[in-house]
Amino acid sequence: MTSRTSLAGTPQAEAGAVVAAVLADLPGHRGVVVDSPPGAGKSTLVVRAAGHIAETGDPLMIVAQTNEQVDDLIDRLAAEHPGLPIGRLSASAYRAPARLLAHGNVRVAAKVPDLGDPAVVVATADKWAWIGERTWPWAIVDEAYQMRSDKLLRIARNFERALFVGDPGQLDPFSVVDGDRWAGLSWDPVQSAVSVLLRHNPDLPVHRLPVSWRLPASAAPVVSEAFYPFTGFRAGTGPDDRSLRFTADGMRTSFDRALEEAAATGWALYELPERHTVRTDAEAVRAVALLATRLVQRAPVAVSERGEHPVGPDRIAVGAAHRDQVAAIRAAGVPPEITVDTANRLQGREYDVTIVLHPLSGRRDATAFHLESGRLCVLTSRHRHACVVVARAGIPELLDAHPSAEPVQLGVPVKFPDGWEANQSVLTHLAAHRVTP
Amino acid sequence: MSALTALARLRAVREGRAQPAATVRHCHIAEAPMVFIPLRMAGEAAAPLAAMIGTDPGSPRLLVVPQPRDRDLRFAFAAELAEVLLPYVEGFAKETETATRRGAEPYERCLSAPQVLVPNGQAAAFTGLLGRSTRFRRAEGPYPVHPSVPVLGRWLTFFAERAAYPGSSLLVSATDALALHWTSGQSGLEDANLAALLGWIDPPPGLTGLRAAQEAEDPLLWPPAGPATDPGFDNEVLAPAIEGYTRAPTARAVERVREAVRTQLEPTWRLVWRAAELLRGLPAGASVTRRWEYDRGAFTEFLGRVAEGGPPQARRDGAVAAASRLARMERARVSFDVQRAYDDPLIMAEYRLTGEAFAGEVIAADPEHTEGEGRSRKLRPLVTIRTVDPVRLAAGTAVGTPDRRGQEAELVATDGGEITLKITKGMGRGKTPSPGAVPAVGERVCYTSLTDDFQASASLPDPDLTPWTHGGPPEEWVPDDADAAEHWE
Repeated sequence: MTSRTSLAGTPQAEAGAVVAAVLADLPGHRGVVVDSPPGAGKSTLVVRAAGHIAETGDPLMIVAQTNEQVDDLIDRLAAEHPGLPIGRLSASAYRAPARLLAHGNVRVAAKVPDLGDPAVVVATADKWAWIGERTWPWAIVDEAYQMRSDKLLRIARNFERALFVGDPGQLDPFSVVDGDRWAGLSWDPVQSAVSVLLRHNPDLPVHRLPVSWRLPASAAPVVSEAFYPFTGFRAGTGPDDRSLRFTADGMRTSFDRALEEAAATGWALYELPERHTVRTDAEAVRAVALLATRLVQRAPVAVSERGEHPVGPDRIAVGAAHRDQVAAIRAAGVPPEITVDTANRLQGREYDVTIVLHPLSGRRDATAFHLESGRLCVLTSRHRHACVVVARAGIPELLDAHPSAEPVQLGVPVKFPDGWEANQSVLTHLAAHRVTP
Repeated sequence: MSALTALARLRAVREGRAQPAATVRHCHIAEAPMVFIPLRMAGEAAAPLAAMIGTDPGSPRLLVVPQPRDRDLRFAFAAELAEVLLPYVEGFAKETETATRRGAEPYERCLSAPQVLVPNGQAAAFTGLLGRSTRFRRAEGPYPVHPSVPVLGRWLTFFAERAAYPGSSLLVSATDALALHWTSGQSGLEDANLAALLGWIDPPPGLTGLRAAQEAEDPLLWPPAGPATDPGFDNEVLAPAIEGYTRAPTARAVERVREAVRTQLEPTWRLVWRAAELLRGLPAGASVTRRWEYDRGAFTEFLGRVAEGGPPQARRDGAVAAASRLARMERARVSFDVQRAYDDPLIMAEYRLTGEAFAGEVIAADPEHTEGEGRSRKLRPLVTIRTVDPVRLAAGTAVGTPDRRGQEAELVATDGGEITLKITKGMGRGKTPSPGAVPAVGERVCYTSLTDDFQASASLPDPDLTPWTHGGPPEEWVPDDADAAEHWE
C-alpha cells in the first residue's frame, strides 16, 4: 500500500508545482490570489514572481504594508536579481537602512520621476496612495490579508493586473471606530483587501502554498489543524530534521524543565496557578522574562536542514497581546537583543525559539479581541524549533464560560477558523506539555 | 476597562455616589437644545408610537400615533414632528460668519447650530431609522406624504450620522454624555439606563447611588427612557387604549392614548433636562469650541444641500463613500481622544498609567541651548524632568504638552525617573527664548507622545471610477415610485 504523502511527492515538488501554477495563471487573469500559511515561502514566491514579470519587460509595482516589509523585500529581491533596477518610494522623512544602500541596483526617492525608470518600484500601500494617475501593467500586493480594503481602493487604479499574496490566518485589519455600519457590504472598508476583491471577483484563481518551511514537524500539524482547518498544510521537514539542545546545564528549576520540555517536543506550557489578574500580571510577566533570560543562559544550539548554529538572543522572540504587556516584560529585564513585541508587530517574522504570554492568561472574560484566532496564530507560528507558552491555569474553563456571542450580521461571510475553537484546539495540544512551578 | 475606571467604579460603590471621570466638559451643550424622546411600538423596528419634543423644559410638545400599525398615521406623525424640528433647525441659518481655512476659499458658517438631545444610544439609533423611513418618501406619486416629511428624513439622518463621529455634539445621547464625565458603581450596560445612571450621579437626598439606581429599575416609578416601552405598560395600558382607538377613532380615544404615553414620557423628559443641567455645570474643555466649530461647519454644509433640494442620503455607502467616511471617522476618533487628554488632567492620567505620558517637576533646564552653526543655528532648549510615572517612551519620541500647545519636543534620554527633553518646535526665531516659553526649574509639567498631528489621507478615486477590485462604478440612484412602496418596517 502506498501512503498519501508519497503519492503527493516530496514537499519541494509539491510547493514547486503550486508556484508554477501561480506563474502560469498570471497572464490569464486580472488578479491571482495566493494563500500562504506561516513560513510557506511567501517572500520567495514574491521574489520569483517579480523576476518572472520583470523578464517580460513590463514594469512592476510591489505593494507591502510596512516600511520594514518593504525593506526586507527589496533586500531579498536585490540579492536574488542583482541586475534588476529597483526603486524604493518612501516618505521624505524615511532613512534607508544601510543594507539597502549596499545594493548597487536600488534607488531610493520620494517621487516616481526621481527613481529613474526602474523595472520594479516598491513602496508601502500608504505611499502608493499618493502616486496619482500613473498605471503599471503589473502589481504584486504582499501581506494582502493584512491590508484594509480602503487602502486597496486608493491604489487599485495604479495597476491593471495583480498578484495578491498573504496569510489568511494572521490578524485581520482593524479600525479604531465602529464599522458595523458597513457590515455585510461587499466593499466593507474595514475588511481585508482580499475578501473585498474575491467578493467582487469570485472567479479569480486562488492558490494555496502547501508546505511550511518554517514550522517544525512538531508545530505544523497543531497550527494547521487549529487555524487552517479546511486548507491544511504540512511541514517541509521531518521530525528528525530539527533538534534543539542546551550546551549549558540547568538547575532543575521549573523554568529549566519548561525549556527542556520545549527543546525535546517543540512545545511547553508554563502554567501558573489560576488567578484573575490585571493585564500586566506581574507574576506572568516575571515568568516570561525569567524564561527568556534562562534560555539565553542555557546556550541553546539548533540543528536543522540548514546545519547547526547557536541560538543567540537575536533568534529569540517574546510575544504578547498588548503593548503595556510588552513594556512590562521589557521592564522586567529581558536580554536587550531579544525581540519583545505584540502579535501585530511580530507578523511575518521568524525566530528559532519564541516565548508567548497567552492572550487569555488571567483574564476574567474572553473578548473578541482576545479570542481573535489570528492573534494566537501569529504568536504560535513564529518559531523554527520551539515555542513556550506562559499562561495561568483555567483558560479552557474561561472559554467554556464565554462562548462567542457576537451578533450575526446579514451578508457577512462566516469566518473560519472560529477563535474559540482554535483556542481550545491549541490548549488541548499544550496540555500534554504542561510544566508547573 | 482601564485600571483608573475600575478604581473609580470601586470608589463609587464605596461612596455610594458616581465619581468624576473628567474635570471639564468634553461636549458642547447648547443654551436651548431640542430634547427629543421617541417611543416606538414594541415588535417593530421603526414604527413610531410617540415623541416628546421641545426646547423649553416647561412646555414639551407631545406627538402620538394612536394606531402605530397605520402607515398614514405614522407619516402624519412625521409631518407633525417636522413642524417642530424644521423651524428649529432652519432658525440657525440666519446668522453666519465668514470662516477661513488654510489653502481654501473662505466660506460662510452658521454662528450656531441645532443640538438634539436624546435620552440614550437606542434613541439616537431610532432617530436614524426614522430618518431612513422618511427621507425617500415623496409628496407626489403613490402613497404621497406631506412635503415636509422627506426633508425631516434628511435632517434626522444627518443628525444620526453625525452622532457616529466621536466628539460631535449635534445629536447627543444623555447616557453616553454622562458616562463620559462620571463613573458609576454599576456596569456599562446598566449605565445605558438613564434613570439608574442619574441615580448614581445625583441621588435624591437620603438615598445612596446604589439605592437610587435600584429604584430606577422599577418601571412603575421610572418608565424606561425608550424607545422601547415597558411590556407591562404595553399589555395593561397601551394595548387597550390602541384597541379603543381602532374600534372608534374619536378624539376621546386619541386623548386616551396620549395620556397613556404621557405617563411614560414625562419622567424621562425631566431626567434629560436634569442631565443637560448637570453637564452644563461643568466648565467646558478647551477644545470643545473647536469641535463645535466643525459641527457648525457640517451643519452649514448640509443646510446648503437641503436648500438646493439635493437628493436624500444614499441607502448604503458606496465603496468610495464608505472609505471616505471611515477616514473621517477615524480622524475624529483620534482627535477626540487626544484633545480630551490635553484638556483634562484626569483623562491624561490614563495615559500616564500606560506610560504614554508623564508628569513631573523640572529639575534642570538649559533654555539657551542651540544646535547647528551660523545661519542654521537654532534654539533647542533642554529640559530635565523628574517623574515617578512609569514612562514607556523611547529616546527620539516626539512629545507634546498641554501646558504649551504650540510646542513640540523630542525625548533625548531617560535615566530612571529623570527624563531629558529637547524642545524642537514652537521656539520662534529669536536667539533667546521669550519669557515663560521654556519651563523653569521647579515647574510641574506634563508631556505625552499623543499628538493631534493631522496626516491627511490620500485622495480616493471618483465614485464613477470605482476600480474593478471594488465592483466598479455604482449605479446612479434615480428616484422612482418603488421607493414609496418599499418595506421599511
